[in-house]
Amino acid sequence: MPDSFSINERMSGRRKFLVAATSVAGGIAGAAIATPFLLSMMPSERAKAAGAPVEVDISKLEPGMLLMVEWRGKVVWILDRTPEMLETLVKIEADLADPTSEKKQQPDYAKNRTRSIKPEILVIEGVCTHLGCSPVFRKEVAPADLGPDWLGGFFCPCHGSKFDLAGRVYKNVPAPSNMVVPPHTYLSDNRLLIGAESEGSA
Amino acid sequence: MSKLFNSMIGWIDERFPLTSNWRAHLSEYYAPKNFNFWYYFGSLALLVLINQLITGIFLTMNYKPDASLAFASVEYIMRDVNYGWLIRYMHSTGASMFFVVVYLHMFRGMMYGSYRKPRELLWLIGMAIFFVLMSLAFTGYILPWGQMSYWGAQVIVSMFGAIPVIGDTLSQWLLGDFTLSDAALNRFFAYHVVTLPILLVVLVLVHILALHETGSNNPDGIEIKANKNPQTGIPVDGIPFHPYYSVKDIVGIVVFLLVFGGIIFFAPEMGGYFLEYNNFIPANTLQTPDHIAPVWYFTPYYSMLRAVTVNFLWIDAKLWGVILMAASVVIFCFLPWLDRSPVKSIRYKGPYFKTALTLFVISFFVLGWLGTKSPTPLYTLLAQIFTVIYFAFFILMPWYSKIDKTKPEPKRVTK
Amino acid sequence: MAPVSLLAAELGIALDKAPVDITDNASLQRGAETFVNYCLTCHGASFMRYNRHRDIGLSNEQILDKLIYTGQKVGDLMQSAMRKKEGEEWFGVVPPDLSVIARSRGADWLYTYLRTFYRDDATATGWNNLIFDRVAMPHVLYQLQGEQELVVKTSDKGEQKSLSLQKPGNLTVAEYDKFVGDLVNYLVYLGEPHANTRKELGFMVMIFLLGMLVLSYALKKEYWKDIH
Repeated sequence: MPDSFSINERMSGRRKFLVAATSVAGGIAGAAIATPFLLSMMPSERAKAAGAPVEVDISKLEPGMLLMVEWRGKVVWILDRTPEMLETLVKIEADLADPTSEKKQQPDYAKNRTRSIKPEILVIEGVCTHLGCSPVFRKEVAPADLGPDWLGGFFCPCHGSKFDLAGRVYKNVPAPSNMVVPPHTYLSDNRLLIGAESEGSA
Repeated sequence: MSKLFNSMIGWIDERFPLTSNWRAHLSEYYAPKNFNFWYYFGSLALLVLINQLITGIFLTMNYKPDASLAFASVEYIMRDVNYGWLIRYMHSTGASMFFVVVYLHMFRGMMYGSYRKPRELLWLIGMAIFFVLMSLAFTGYILPWGQMSYWGAQVIVSMFGAIPVIGDTLSQWLLGDFTLSDAALNRFFAYHVVTLPILLVVLVLVHILALHETGSNNPDGIEIKANKNPQTGIPVDGIPFHPYYSVKDIVGIVVFLLVFGGIIFFAPEMGGYFLEYNNFIPANTLQTPDHIAPVWYFTPYYSMLRAVTVNFLWIDAKLWGVILMAASVVIFCFLPWLDRSPVKSIRYKGPYFKTALTLFVISFFVLGWLGTKSPTPLYTLLAQIFTVIYFAFFILMPWYSKIDKTKPEPKRVTK
Repeated sequence: MAPVSLLAAELGIALDKAPVDITDNASLQRGAETFVNYCLTCHGASFMRYNRHRDIGLSNEQILDKLIYTGQKVGDLMQSAMRKKEGEEWFGVVPPDLSVIARSRGADWLYTYLRTFYRDDATATGWNNLIFDRVAMPHVLYQLQGEQELVVKTSDKGEQKSLSLQKPGNLTVAEYDKFVGDLVNYLVYLGEPHANTRKELGFMVMIFLLGMLVLSYALKKEYWKDIH
């Protein structure tokens, strides 16, 4: 009795074509099905709403004072720098890794020595660029633990990275780059919007 | 290119039985060549299982098993999560389609005697899969914490309370509380996403292994292994599963996806059968909805639960209902030993079996339909009549299958 | 059999067919404004975000302008201005959240319900409803619809209930029906905001699958030539 089938050792042209065509269509189907699943892991509408730009009133901010706001679950610092503080930014430059902010860690409008729109007001994410700890604001000059050269700045307690009062990183510390300046804009003199560059994009 | 591929396979084969398993289960697994329409549902069940596993994992990423958050988290998935609505509908529709496919798969087995020797164990493993599937459906239906979730679960859990002596303690142990509450939701979530899926996947693998040991049955109900080519040792009526049945199953899968997609995209509630209207109301522990019915796949058993209205033999009606309901499912396990017919397939069985199977299917549908209705005296009477028919199919089988007039089975499979 | 129509059948009152068309953005926008003005005071729609209304053709500015009166942000959920406790004190029950009300009640029920309030001195609010007896909610739209009264006719077929308009409102009957129609249309949209996307995507999936069917069937035919 003969078997019920005879496999063709060599596939005909038609068969080859159909296998290829079905495989391609199946591949497209697979990719199309995977897409919504992968997209579902992107921030949801709730996360987007929670991550919306934050409006801050800075009328009560005094010179030398640091204000902390939350934006997208991260701490954002707003520091009103005194003239003395601004002077340190020039003195310290030789010790910094990227004094002119060449690395894109800030919007273009903050690519200057003070890394800010208004010279005295610093708006910066309080996150160390090494491994994500939040540095400590150390405004005192030459404290015992940071040495006589310290002119005030931010010190990361996790791994000892140092930043100046514009969030610029020192040389020879673990952190590779300056701290991040988030997109921000002034809606009026005392109303600061963090997270967007205009009200319309809010 | 193919040389590199071959050497890679060779490397793996020395360390893992890849090629030998590919041969044993696909390219040299010989299936009867006469599979018909009814033989699509096994592979479709596997497809739905994969769908449920993947969509389930993604739902778990956003669902919250907390009585105060669960309902809102489902709506969060439906609205705020990107494509969450699609994933949720794929899962909710998949649940119903799982039962559609599995019921058809079981009916195929009943028609062609797939439960008969040597496939008794295969059938029993299949029944175990069915029990796990019912548990998955039940625990999954609780999770949205809507009115039907809550009151449906309340009814099912109360059934355990009907068991004498230990009933109350048992239901407290199941609920982890004196009433259905957050504690139960939390643990049913654990069963639904961890315990039962693992069990189901293992049982499905065992089911396939058992199938590949005995070989597949076919619409003629004859053993193709009894007739092998003496040179090759291959059954003369067998063809390699791959590529012949793999390409055939792809057609079945595409047709299934057309139906599946049709429901997901154009009728996800399926007229209130797949997603019940009352389940869009958050669970209210103080108020039962006016009309409560289980999801459609449980309604036949639910009808039988309600059908018993009299106390009988020192056992009250409530417990009888529970016993009857449990028996209506468990009784399938005895089919291999209830069927005394000399032939397997309905094609060669006589008028008694055909009539009995027809009556059984009718009673299954009628009971299912009655289960969606509020009980009235007429409906309860109908439920009682059809419950008797349902059980008669099984209980009388040893008798009618033996005296039935059968036709002789063919030597080779037919078209 | 659909459970909703079954409920209505038990009450012996036929539900009126709601004019639902969730692709009609103008109607949905009118409904949204009505919803915000009349419903959101007591009921929340707390699964819905305001900015979701981009679905029905509203920009963020329009949403702030037309739909938000409570100083909320466009990304916020549409929560009720009233606190749960107040609702319980005023109405005896917490007014239900309306996000998915159209999915549990059905559009026709809502359309009928919002048009069948009548004066009834026996209830606490002075209002009753033909298809929701002793409903806790007063007739919020009475200034628009006017006041109806219950007319009971007893014949050999049993009691037949109907309503007659005693005091006309600011809108004519046809205008009021359209007003409620827009609101119910909006509630249907609110129940499933992605419904239009769902159907559009489904259409593409179906077309792809039909192509896939032709291809896979040809492939099966080709291979099964080997079987004799």
